[in-house]
Amino acid sequence: MIKENNNEKQISKKLTKGDRVNMFIRSNLQQASYNYERIHALGFCFDMIPAIKRLYTTKEERRAALKRHLVFFNVTPALTGPILGITAAMEETKANGAAIEGSSINSLKVGLMGPLAGVGDPIMWGTLRPITAALGASIALTGNVMGAILFFVSFNAVRLALLWFGLEYGYEKGLDVVKDLAGNALQKLTEGASILGLFVMGALVSKWTTINVPLIVSKTPGPNGKVVITTVQNILDQLLPGILALGLTLLMCKLLKKKISPIVLIFMLFAVGIIGSMLGILK
Amino acid sequence: MALSVIQIILIFIISCISGMGSVLDSFQTHRPLIACTLIGLVLGDLKTGVILGGTLELIALGWMNIGAAQSPDSALASIISTILVIVGHQSIAAGIAIALPVAAAGQVLTVFARTITVAFQHAADKYAEDVNFRAIDICHVAALAIQALRVAIPALLISIFVNPAGVIALLALIPTSVTTGLTVASGFIVVVGYAMVLNMMGVKYLMPFFYVGFVIAGFTTFNLVAFGIIGAVIAIVYIQLNPKFYTSKFGRESNAMATSSGPNTELDDELDD
Repeated sequence: MIKENNNEKQISKKLTKGDRVNMFIRSNLQQASYNYERIHALGFCFDMIPAIKRLYTTKEERRAALKRHLVFFNVTPALTGPILGITAAMEETKANGAAIEGSSINSLKVGLMGPLAGVGDPIMWGTLRPITAALGASIALTGNVMGAILFFVSFNAVRLALLWFGLEYGYEKGLDVVKDLAGNALQKLTEGASILGLFVMGALVSKWTTINVPLIVSKTPGPNGKVVITTVQNILDQLLPGILALGLTLLMCKLLKKKISPIVLIFMLFAVGIIGSMLGILK
Repeated sequence: MALSVIQIILIFIISCISGMGSVLDSFQTHRPLIACTLIGLVLGDLKTGVILGGTLELIALGWMNIGAAQSPDSALASIISTILVIVGHQSIAAGIAIALPVAAAGQVLTVFARTITVAFQHAADKYAEDVNFRAIDICHVAALAIQALRVAIPALLISIFVNPAGVIALLALIPTSVTTGLTVASGFIVVVGYAMVLNMMGVKYLMPFFYVGFVIAGFTTFNLVAFGIIGAVIAIVYIQLNPKFYTSKFGRESNAMATSSGPNTELDDELDD
């Protein structure tokens, strides 16, 4: 659609690569003005400014475009790219004379927000960050600064790639993206990321949670004369390592679903730790 | 050791970066692993900073902002706890005990900051009416300063007034039974974070993958990289074999071929992640 326009009119308006790089850099500050009224509204407008400047020349057109992009917007920040790209492509088509209503640009934005946040949250906060952070933290616990560096570099490399290639993909394909999304690509990606995230989360529950119940169940003299002490924890570990951690995690899931805030739960567990260790149930 | 002027200035700058990171949620400078490490570097005890950062990072693993819901604040918690632990020569456990109440306080502060940012949004509306691009840019970026200062001001006050004797005296007020209890609790407080992640992703029919990961981890010594690779392989195989993803337009056989090449390329990208 965009190319046809270019052939028809030599003087057509087109975003330069520099404009897109500018938008990409700006999109790193997507949430700077995060607010409870319109979340990323100002952020999206801020990202679009290079495009608006390039595409529109009259004050009326510019005003309309600015106001169009100051409406409610919210998506996982790393997935702003494709929406920005598509919006920029549509604005470009509109600026070249196509009969596109401002409102249809906005309804497209709104329509993309949900599906992209739906795939973005599990990928970024459920998979990428827990995995890179847990990996970094496990190295950091030995006092090695590489853990912090590894986390910072790997997370940001993926995030920046998603932003830039997302923007370019959205801009180049324009409305065709909607066709791509109509297939089940997004669903595949969401499910795949969720499976990976859940699998790793299962491992973390078992490996990185420490609960020890030192209550003594039996003391029996061993073959070499030493007394063998069996604690509740020994029995549980023989049964299934990490079973208490699993139970506690599932309990927390339940309580969170009842809208109890995470910080309240954290303090509750604090209390459990203090009382448990005083009574000698936990160590 | 009381802090030198240069150290106080550097702490102020790092706190600003961390506070901005907490709202941007992009560069992750608000995460304990980064913030504690940087403060440790400034205070000349990188190792303690890194270890505390790693410990708090695991506790905060699932702290995330979804939509408009606000998680506990890792930025302020990381910075204040690292300063107190290093200056007062405290244990990592004491660091956790300091960090969690501060995370709750930081959460209140960031909610407040995100509320007053509404004013910047309204100012931008006005500048849009005047088509003043520069002013809109300034509105957006200036809002970042609120988030920077809501971490940097408390951190600045702490770093000006902190002294080892004071920290030790303050923490000595806490009975030992409480500190031991906190150390015990820090071993399993992580589960709150795990639960947050699980609730976000844990669609019921995908939960078996969680349990498989759990059991494999219980009986092997695989590290996280191994788990990442196995998890990715399982995800790819599941999607390839899942009848739900066969498109129905074509005959069954041509579909099988199409899907066997299709998902591969997509999921390769994911593997790189």
